[in-house]
Amino acid sequence: MNLSRREFLQVLAAAGAAGFSLPASARLGAAGKNPSDPYELPARGNVSILHFTDCHGQLLPVYFREPHINLGVAEMKGRPPHLVGKALLERYGIDHPGLLSHAYTYLDYVKLAEHYGRVGGFAHLATLVKKVRDQRPGALLLDGGDTWGGGSGTGLWTHAQDMVDAQLKLGVDIMTGHWEFTFGADRVREIVENDFAGHIEFLAQNVVDVDWGDRIFKPYTIREMNGVNVAVIGQSFPYTPIANPRHMVAEWSFGIRHGEMQDTVNNARADGAEVVILLSHNGMDVDIKLAQVVDGIDAIMGGHTHDAVPAPLEIKGPEGGTCLVTNGGSNGKFLGVLDLDFRDGRIRDYQYRLLPVFANLIEPDPDMARYIEQVRDQEVTYDGQTFNMKDALSEELAVSEDLLYRRGNFNGTFDQLICDALMEQVDAQIAFSPGFRWGTTVLPGMPITFEHVMDQTGLTYPAVTRNEMSGAMIKEILEDVADNLYNKDPFYQQGGDMVRVGGLQYSIDPTRSIGERIGDMELNGKPIAPNESYVVAGWASVQEQPAGNTGRKIWDVVADYLRDHETVSISELNEPKLRGVEGNPGVSSV
Amino acid sequence: MNSKRRVFLKGTLAAGTVGVAVGAGLLTPSTVLASAREGFEAGSVSDALKSVMGSDSHDSGDITISAPELAENGAVVPITVESSLTGVTDIAILAAANNNPLTSSYKLGEGTKAYVATRIKMGDSSDIVAVLKANGQLYSSSREVKVTIGGCGG
Repeated sequence: MNLSRREFLQVLAAAGAAGFSLPASARLGAAGKNPSDPYELPARGNVSILHFTDCHGQLLPVYFREPHINLGVAEMKGRPPHLVGKALLERYGIDHPGLLSHAYTYLDYVKLAEHYGRVGGFAHLATLVKKVRDQRPGALLLDGGDTWGGGSGTGLWTHAQDMVDAQLKLGVDIMTGHWEFTFGADRVREIVENDFAGHIEFLAQNVVDVDWGDRIFKPYTIREMNGVNVAVIGQSFPYTPIANPRHMVAEWSFGIRHGEMQDTVNNARADGAEVVILLSHNGMDVDIKLAQVVDGIDAIMGGHTHDAVPAPLEIKGPEGGTCLVTNGGSNGKFLGVLDLDFRDGRIRDYQYRLLPVFANLIEPDPDMARYIEQVRDQEVTYDGQTFNMKDALSEELAVSEDLLYRRGNFNGTFDQLICDALMEQVDAQIAFSPGFRWGTTVLPGMPITFEHVMDQTGLTYPAVTRNEMSGAMIKEILEDVADNLYNKDPFYQQGGDMVRVGGLQYSIDPTRSIGERIGDMELNGKPIAPNESYVVAGWASVQEQPAGNTGRKIWDVVADYLRDHETVSISELNEPKLRGVEGNPGVSSV
Repeated sequence: MNSKRRVFLKGTLAAGTVGVAVGAGLLTPSTVLASAREGFEAGSVSDALKSVMGSDSHDSGDITISAPELAENGAVVPITVESSLTGVTDIAILAAANNNPLTSSYKLGEGTKAYVATRIKMGDSSDIVAVLKANGQLYSSSREVKVTIGGCGG
């Protein structure tokens, strides 16, 4: 059943009569009652920041399931964002089932997705941005990056032009980046210096010339808002040249650079900034630690880790100040709204909402809707082939009997499908698929279109590889990725999820150290031998000349597999056996 | 162009302070390289320190090491070592996990600020150890730099 906007309003009217009202304060715990109208949000104070992040090129509304495993270890155990399902709802006092519980968790996902419908979409986001902005004169719209991709066919084929023009139409004021850099340094420069000139400022305090250390982008900007000087600092994803191909940004160096961050905050303050906002693509755990070691940031509008966190964490800084740390979810599903009441030299109060964008509840903006239709319905030439993007994307490849999703620390069902496709199509015993956090969700019974495949695989380094690896090497890879995910010092985390595996089974204890987390490695019930050789398929190698390149692209491998099978079901999800996480609220069985 | 030469040039260019020091005659590279040969061939932190510092006994001191948490390129990891200690005559930078841990060592003339910036080569994740000799005493500090396989982020 699908709830139309009219039906929804009727439900709201009934709820209103029953005495629901917006919470008076956005303080922790008060954000969670299902509101009478989720989009009725009177402004408070005089400084307002609108924020979306990690939309991954999703111009149209999509389904996106939140994770059931998002483990935190050490001091991060049980601390937002490492809460899933009921634990998350309890922390924020959100009722279930309801609009908000569906937005923030995976609980009863299929039933509620069928009920509430798709999320996000730039035409719907545009309407919401206009509505929220109308109540907040001078508000800034910040884009946290991962806007141009990965995970979008139209983004890949137009070299991000689809999103660049959408950002301009939406009225983005300031952005920073991560996957943007996978279009190459030249393309980033071209867009920043031409399309964005005079409209959107691309900020990054932590991207410098690899030889000389000079900054590539402006580190911060100061905007006056209702008589208050507001600085916005940009922080791009610190590990872009490690998590993504370095050769695409060979002359640029990244890193967290927290010392330079402190200098940047100090410079902005010396420049007259009264409020300092950090637009960050660090990931939430890194942002929390940054707020603990850098003085003078009032709020961090965070992204990268795709965490839909309903309320900010109030983090104490090194000099005793408070920094509000937020994370804005992904795939265009949310619009973050932060209102600050700045008076007599300090912030007196704040209100924050992470508004879910439900496409059935918001009228699409006609201008943006027209633009999206037009940009998709055009011919492009990519890789020597000329085709209409909309036609290519709408091809129905197979029908899914099960729910297909990716997000979570370990294999999602769509990852399982990709691994199955890799093993069958390139004849491998084991498959590795990267732990990206993007990729949309397909409901049971829905046709899997080529667009769904591009949502999961669209990127600028799609080579499928086939290599022989020793058991020892396979273990080393798993240990290495696990340490990027579960290092007890967040500054050493890269913010992706665990590499997805096909064929191979293993156990993992996230609480241990590198070299000691992975165990019980087996293939078809037989232990993996360190000295034995195994055929491993993979994709998205960060090497400029990937070893074992099969010459095929990942979306072709997955699409061919689906065309061969017509219907797919994921009978068994190959999740590792978890150890050491009893009682951890970052894991829930489904 | 020989890549090692390029790496070396990058290192010297980036090490602004050291470059200036060499230009001003405070450092004599030939002497440094010749006397430290044994140190660079040593297979352990302890042997390397005995060779270039005359001792491996050191206390933790007020030394700041700036380095990336994760190396973007293990072949050229930027490291900066600085200290407010006075009377510093020697600085050594070691990557404990390298087969030959000593990556570079510096002799500082009298009155030189204890600040060096360089690029080092790392084969694997390692503690980076900086050892300073000031007024005949050795002081040290260390910091972990990870070299990862890469990929799979975000």
